[in-house]
Amino acid sequence: MGKFTIGCFSSLVGSMSLDFAVKLSAAAIEKGHKVDFWVSGNATMLSIKGQRAFKDYSALMKPVQELMGKGLTITACEACAEARGYTKENTMEGFKRHSMDWYLASAFDADRVLHIGGE
Amino acid sequence: MATTKLGFLIQRPPYKSENPKLALTHAISSQSVEVYLNDGDLVTADVAFIGDGVLNCLKNQKTMDNYGLSSTESHIKSSLLLDLNVMVCREDLERFGLTENDIVMDAEEFGADMTVKVVPFSEITKMMEDVNHLLFF
Repeated sequence: MGKFTIGCFSSLVGSMSLDFAVKLSAAAIEKGHKVDFWVSGNATMLSIKGQRAFKDYSALMKPVQELMGKGLTITACEACAEARGYTKENTMEGFKRHSMDWYLASAFDADRVLHIGGE
Repeated sequence: MATTKLGFLIQRPPYKSENPKLALTHAISSQSVEVYLNDGDLVTADVAFIGDGVLNCLKNQKTMDNYGLSSTESHIKSSLLLDLNVMVCREDLERFGLTENDIVMDAEEFGADMTVKVVPFSEITKMMEDVNHLLFF
């Protein structure tokens, strides 16, 4: 089985890119692949705990938590998060925080790097 | 010992989104990635500005004066200081009526040896074929 490194830079609300990236991660994990998921820029919004699900907004906390339970490694850019006031204290349990070189290190031995991008 | 080559393609204009600056900060982070890797393993970053992305390279950006923020220009200079390969698409520059005189070409004031290379798109295509992974910003 392979290793995917998926990077996403789009915000939780306002774009479907994060929804797509999470679904893609789920499909890869379902097939037995390893997935490293990196969120940077506005996508660090995904790391906040206490997200409330409304039908009009993307709500990804639950699927992300389920995927973490299945082995997903998910990491937020620490500087991007801190710049937005997303602190370690209000980060979802299991969500890692690192500097940008974590993403590149993950890409080092990835079979595929899927950079979903930002707004 | 292995090397993974990454290509950062910047195609968005400056200051309309965070993408160009994030591309540069991520590319710059290739300089510290070794802390996560085994001895001798490397990640390299090539940066290419294409399409509207070439506008990021205009010189004399005043974001520090006007907003108190570092400019994309300063990030390009930091990239040169760290010996990253920075390319700008010649055809796209010409499309905007720009020349090498209009863009940041070096970071001499920082002591950088590297300079920006204005190259035909075919050269950027060659880089894209040469790297292991491409990241579009």
